[in-house]
Amino acid sequence: MLRWIAVWRRNMLVWRKLIAAAVLSNLADPLIMLFGLGYGLGALLPSIEGMSYIAFFAAGQLCTATMFTASFESMFSSFSRMHGQKTWDAILHAPLTIDDIVAGEIIWAASKAWLTGSTILAVILVFGLAASPWVVLALPAAFLVGLAFASVGLIMCVLAKNWDFFSFYMTLVMTPMMMISGVFFPAEQLPGWLAAIAKALPLYHGVEIVRPLVAGRFPDHVVVHLAVLIGYAIVGSAAAIYFARRRFSA
Amino acid sequence: MILSAAGLRKSYGGTEVVSGLDLAVERGECFGLLGPNGAGKTTTLRLCLGLTAPDGGEIRLLGEPVPQRAREARERVGVVPQFDNLDPDFTVAENLQVFGRYFGLEHEAVRRRIPDLLEFAGLSGRADARIAALSGGMKRRLTLARALVNDPQLVFMDEPTTGLDPQARHLIWERLRRLTAEGKTLVLTTHFMEEAERLCHRLAIMDRGRIIATGSPRALIAEHIESQVVEVHGTGVREWTEKAKLHCARVEVAGDSVFCYGNEVEELLRHVPKDLSYLHRPASLEDVFLKLTGRDLRD
Repeated sequence: MLRWIAVWRRNMLVWRKLIAAAVLSNLADPLIMLFGLGYGLGALLPSIEGMSYIAFFAAGQLCTATMFTASFESMFSSFSRMHGQKTWDAILHAPLTIDDIVAGEIIWAASKAWLTGSTILAVILVFGLAASPWVVLALPAAFLVGLAFASVGLIMCVLAKNWDFFSFYMTLVMTPMMMISGVFFPAEQLPGWLAAIAKALPLYHGVEIVRPLVAGRFPDHVVVHLAVLIGYAIVGSAAAIYFARRRFSA
Repeated sequence: MILSAAGLRKSYGGTEVVSGLDLAVERGECFGLLGPNGAGKTTTLRLCLGLTAPDGGEIRLLGEPVPQRAREARERVGVVPQFDNLDPDFTVAENLQVFGRYFGLEHEAVRRRIPDLLEFAGLSGRADARIAALSGGMKRRLTLARALVNDPQLVFMDEPTTGLDPQARHLIWERLRRLTAEGKTLVLTTHFMEEAERLCHRLAIMDRGRIIATGSPRALIAEHIESQVVEVHGTGVREWTEKAKLHCARVEVAGDSVFCYGNEVEELLRHVPKDLSYLHRPASLEDVFLKLTGRDLRD
């Protein structure tokens, strides 16, 4: 059952070698966005939902950065290991199966994403943007967000014929999702049909859990939000394993 | 019997790549699978390792049914793939460490084995080298050492010396002999007849998804072909073919060359015209291979 750990560990060891570059690239972008938009735009805006704009945006940014780390790792990095380096082929000669590899890759991408989310949480705490220490409950939520997007990203990875394939998912799915999931502004402002789409996607539910926690409240409908995230993780992993088996048993 | 396959079949997109293949490898032997490109060698190896499921037939690897218990079988098997897939993110020693972990081996257990494995690979003193800094021959040897990290009973090798220069190839051959001397079973695919003739105790010639001949290299030569070959080259050689047939058992024409096969060829040699050049040599496995699989190109 735990054979995937060897795959997870392999990726962790490589990450540890390149830790400075890895941490910088995962954190620089979201933090620049956070402070640039948060303070810049925040100065022009009144408080939203009883929070300063930067605190409002920080909650969204925690989820978005987690999503991006999980997606990049599970698409570009996993594809590089699978397709470019043929690392997966080597592992398959050991007593591991493609299921173990997919599980290891997904959990690794989620772990790395969780680290991004936790670092942003640390920033939230250090800058006093959180209303209560209960905000640490955002940590398990961030892992679930990572798991959901890592699973979907790995489906893309095992379906991809080349690198260009990922542009479609990034441009047509991830970017619009970020716009409608309540990251920059409350999703309630959207037309009903667009809000309905947002509610069918995982990012919205991550934000709906994390934002109240930053504001010092317990999230409403938390079971629904968790269920959607867990659902994406389970169905996504199963689909990733299905398509990976198809690709590798040929 | 360390590996056996019976009635193996596998199709890809309507084309049958392996069509009714039987195979039996004895413990401790070096077994060669020979065949032109596209004969189904690599697919056969993938089937034996349980990486792909057969459409029909049965496989047993180290006593385990494959693919049902392929994972358990692979714990005691090593693989040298056709294309090196060493992990470029790690050093030489780390490659062995990380690969050992895939077998569930403890860090310390692998660490103790690393000096021996590096010595075997001729890479002592290069433990901390990056993969990108290794030559083709070094990478191949490291891949071989990596396949031994779990101390396997059987090692599969898919074209172990393709793309290597003669020095590197001879070193690999020497190491493979060492492995058989240690009692390991080797199964290798190759299309270098010289390699098969030197290394393999027994081999199978494969074509179009089937095994068309099996035996020791010598037995195959004795069984399928005359002992002597005279290759005659030059313009006008085709016209001379009819005369050549009078003095030898069998003749093959390929472009401006004629291959004459016979157990007695002294008579033939006296009749080769002065303006044609010739080469007289004993028959080799390559002659058997070409006789059985034909001289047509396989692309």
